[in-house]
Amino acid sequence: MSRPTVQPTSQPTSQPTSQPTSQPTWRGVSATDAEEAAELEVERRFTGGSGQLLRELLRPYKKAIRILVLIVVVENAARLSIPYLVKLGIDNGIDPIRISGDKGPLFLIVAIMLVATLTQAAARQVFLVRSGRIGQDMLFQVRRRVFRHFQVLSPAFHDDYTSGRVISRQTSDIDAIYEMLETGFDGLVTAALTLVGTAGLLLFLDVKLGLVALTCGPFLFWVTNWFRKESGKSYRVTREKVALVIVHFVESMGGIRAVQAFRREARNQEILDDVNEQYRAANLVAFRLVAWFMPGIRLIGNITIAAVLLYGGYLAYHGEVTVGVLAAFLLYLRQFFEPMMEISQFYNTFQSASAALDKLAGVLREEPSVPDPASPTRLDDAQGELRLEQARFSYVDDRPVLPGLDLVVPAGQTLALVGTTGAGKTTLAKLVTRFYDPDAGRILLDGIDLRDLTADNLREAVVMVTQENYLFSGSIADNIRFGKPSATIEEVQRATRALGAHDFIMALPEGYDTQVANQGGRLSAGQRQLVAFARAFLADPAVLILDEATSSLDVPSERLVQQALRTVLAGRTSLIIAHRLSTVEIADRVIVMEHGRIVEDGAPADLVAGGEGHFSDLNDAWLASLA
Amino acid sequence: MSATTDQEPPAGVRSLWRLRGYLRPHRTALAIMLGTSLVGVGLSIAIPLLTKAIIDGPITDRDISPVLPLGLLALGLGVLEAVLIFWRRWVQSTAVLGVETAMRGDLYARLQVLPMSFHSKWQSGQLLSRVTTDLSAIRRFAGFGMLFLVINILQVTVVTAVLLAMYWPLGLVVAATAAPIVWLSMRFEKRYVVVSRRVQDEQGDLATLAEEGAVGIRVIKSFGRSEHVSRQYEDAARGLRATSMDKVRLSAKFWTFLEVIPNLAVVVVLLLGAIGVGNGRLTPGELVAFITLMLSLVWPVSSLGVILAMAQEAMTAAARVLEIFDTEPDIVSGDRRVDQPRGHLRFEHVDFAFPDAPDEPVLRDVNLDLAPGETVALVGATGSGKTILTALVPRLYDVTAGRITIDGIDVRDLELAHLRTLVATAFEEPTLFSMSARENLTLGRADASDADIDEALEIAQAQFAHDLPWGLATRIGEQGMALSGGQRQRLALARAVLAQPMILVLDDTLSALDVHTEKLVEEALRRVLAATTGLVVAHRASTVLLADRVALIQDGTITHVGDHRELLGSVPAYRELLAADADHEAARA
Repeated sequence: MSRPTVQPTSQPTSQPTSQPTSQPTWRGVSATDAEEAAELEVERRFTGGSGQLLRELLRPYKKAIRILVLIVVVENAARLSIPYLVKLGIDNGIDPIRISGDKGPLFLIVAIMLVATLTQAAARQVFLVRSGRIGQDMLFQVRRRVFRHFQVLSPAFHDDYTSGRVISRQTSDIDAIYEMLETGFDGLVTAALTLVGTAGLLLFLDVKLGLVALTCGPFLFWVTNWFRKESGKSYRVTREKVALVIVHFVESMGGIRAVQAFRREARNQEILDDVNEQYRAANLVAFRLVAWFMPGIRLIGNITIAAVLLYGGYLAYHGEVTVGVLAAFLLYLRQFFEPMMEISQFYNTFQSASAALDKLAGVLREEPSVPDPASPTRLDDAQGELRLEQARFSYVDDRPVLPGLDLVVPAGQTLALVGTTGAGKTTLAKLVTRFYDPDAGRILLDGIDLRDLTADNLREAVVMVTQENYLFSGSIADNIRFGKPSATIEEVQRATRALGAHDFIMALPEGYDTQVANQGGRLSAGQRQLVAFARAFLADPAVLILDEATSSLDVPSERLVQQALRTVLAGRTSLIIAHRLSTVEIADRVIVMEHGRIVEDGAPADLVAGGEGHFSDLNDAWLASLA
Repeated sequence: MSATTDQEPPAGVRSLWRLRGYLRPHRTALAIMLGTSLVGVGLSIAIPLLTKAIIDGPITDRDISPVLPLGLLALGLGVLEAVLIFWRRWVQSTAVLGVETAMRGDLYARLQVLPMSFHSKWQSGQLLSRVTTDLSAIRRFAGFGMLFLVINILQVTVVTAVLLAMYWPLGLVVAATAAPIVWLSMRFEKRYVVVSRRVQDEQGDLATLAEEGAVGIRVIKSFGRSEHVSRQYEDAARGLRATSMDKVRLSAKFWTFLEVIPNLAVVVVLLLGAIGVGNGRLTPGELVAFITLMLSLVWPVSSLGVILAMAQEAMTAAARVLEIFDTEPDIVSGDRRVDQPRGHLRFEHVDFAFPDAPDEPVLRDVNLDLAPGETVALVGATGSGKTILTALVPRLYDVTAGRITIDGIDVRDLELAHLRTLVATAFEEPTLFSMSARENLTLGRADASDADIDEALEIAQAQFAHDLPWGLATRIGEQGMALSGGQRQRLALARAVLAQPMILVLDDTLSALDVHTEKLVEEALRRVLAATTGLVVAHRASTVLLADRVALIQDGTITHVGDHRELLGSVPAYRELLAADADHEAARA
């Protein structure tokens, strides 16, 4: 297989997406732009990205592919023999009839031809099914690997990469590969064999005429090579553009409520028209390349046929070739040029597939920024003692969110984190759940560095509930079971009853089996928060982290949740981040944070009793706000 | 399973036919494409006939003189054919891409018009696969399949006629092959349509799972459920693989047959033709021309399979696309405007039930009158219908009975865009788009000046937007580029304030703010609300105090309206909802 993947994008800067400055202003500036440019750079350096991935994917099918090649050879041999048999029929079958009416030689040739035809058909059928199966298996493997890899990559990666791009990797890029496997693979193999086989047969039939016919070779090569290079470039652009369309589409459909409420439609349409037009323009370049290439090939083919006719007619006049040879020549020439069309068709799909493969390879090459340890320590029956030692973290260099935090949370303690927005509370939670690793210092769970635990092991012990309550499609029960897939419906109900969520769920059209349509549009934010809570209760972790998890609840619900929390949190370590001091009252201990540092630390009653300090002030403000 | 898959698809050919309007602007292009192709067919027939003349000249007639002019003619025709192909493809590329782009634009426009009730029913993966995969299928058919379907059938007919004229016994053999091909094609088509629709739907479902895996990644990670969702995805992918294999097997059988039939015909033609030449009823040149012509039919016939498959895919795609075009938006614009809006908002006997559960009213007989400039707080338990009530005002949903009026005019009679200018909502769950902060803020008012923006940011206490790495030009992606929940809420609030509406709806917009910030925001909001009619969903006493009056909503209807203190004193349910935490705090203090 050739390697058109080695298509250095000679001027990466000519691609609009890599140039933040050339972007329309509505897009805004983001560090991702630089990363996309860097991505192109990387692809330039590791041009084998797609080739390597393809080889990896094909490896398990080595044997199957060898068999497949055998089948293709048989099929093509059978197919190529037919014009030759026509020649034999004309040259050797007719004369006996003329002379003696003996049809024997003709019958023999026709019988062989029949066998060849049937062999070809059988081989073709087997080939199509087998290659189809390999293709589908490969596709399945790619899907699986990509999906799993996205799951492994850290939240930090997802923050930057954006879900729109994640989705376009798994839809349009996979589609491109699918298209190649479905239409292209067969074409390429057949074409290559036909090309070589035909060339050989032409020379075998008549050397002089064969050489005349084959002078078209260098031209064919040159045209094909030009096309290969150019379409490589254009398809890469096309993939980028379609990703833009998908990102915009997914986002505007996901946020349709805000779009409609704020009459965003016109502007959105403008943006779509823009990206849609960019996609069209990119596609047009690709299509026009084909518009040059295809007739180019046909031109070379037709000139060759005319030359063979002229020279062949001359040779036939001098009796140097037979009618049969001339006929076979014309038939073979037709077969010689037809695959060129197929090859070019194949390049269409192959180029877009290889661009897609490059991107997928790029994703698969991405290392999770919070990798699993090579030799993990196993933590069973976690107690839940948390310890932060000089933990330092910053999202942007030189702007540390946590400049170096020391904190010990004994097993079983309920700790409330209080402080203004941006004090670093959520960051602390994200470090403890290992969404991020600290830049310096370390975080220990029961004395084990989090970096020594596998992700699964850590998640068994530490679960976080945030105010972002994403619901998956499926039933309400399924969504709650997300915390513990093996849970029985009784266990699910126990969790919801404790939280006071049982009643509203039973009031839904089909109770626990109610389908949560597109992102739970039907449920109120508070109800969704309760579902998220039930999830966490069911998961039963040693350490529970609640990041603003009760912000959308009304007071009675919150009180129910808090009552439930009292029982649930007993014997469990928990970190509660809350702006509302009402949540804090169940805490054993409060720390007040400011600019990533702990400024107060103590039992809530003691801090209030002190009469001054941040917590006391907050408490006063809180009481005042209750009016 | 999505809500879409169990809908009956409209019949295939009709679906495609209904989309013909998109081809209309490209009529000239289509004519050129058809014309060049027809001439192309003529040329492909002429060249073998020339061959015949060249062969019979020097060999049968022992005459070399016609070879040169005929050869040059063949050359000329060959060049002409290439030029025609170039012309056709050049024209075609503009036309088909134009069609695809126009359809995508229209589809998107339609989706934006369709109301929330539609969007909450459809998974966005299903929508996405319609604007990408399905449109490409239609484009491929419009550019290639449709043309060649016509051309190939024509070519087969004409060539067969030529062959019949040349030597009718052989011509009959060729004509006879048509029967099995037609029969097979029809049978194939029926089965293929079923399986290809299934593949497309399963692809859509898989896209939905991929999307959930991406958007819900933080929840998945929090619970360590990657394995769980991966397995779900793999099950779906495995299902798709099985269905795709059905499709592969089906088409493999069909394509093979389509190739075998012409080849068998060649065998028979050689047999009969050779005998014919032996008996002197046919010249050698004629036999060669005959076989060359016949072989020129192999591609048109065998490609029929590909083309029919393509047509089938395009038909299912068209049906799926039409499912969206055929959904009439049930929320359509009225034609009235409020000339001098004062912001008098009235709910009169309002009922609401979701369209898929019409028997379970979410709101019943809601009556509420907000005088111009007045602010009313909505208080109620989780799930009592507060949010849906607020969504009724800008007509994200429509009432099922009763009416909502603004300055005496039913909102359903108002121009939709005008209505949504009058009303701005800050949602509890703020949606930020992957655009600059400025673009996100000016969503409701594109012409806002820098001063307006600064003012709105100040009211919402969202000045942090200036401190982002690139200031207001910073892109704040779908996850709000590491913005906290409180920051996102404040941006959403600033967005609503910036829109300068007559009626401002705040759906528990301050829930994620800390006490200090909340206090600052409330002070600033008080200024805005003084001149604006306000509907404020509140869970906290502090928010309630923004309002002039409070409406208590219980089980979908408003049971009490009054002053905060008055309700605290007289309505136990209200006290239960709002006073509880104060009691707690008071007890502890």
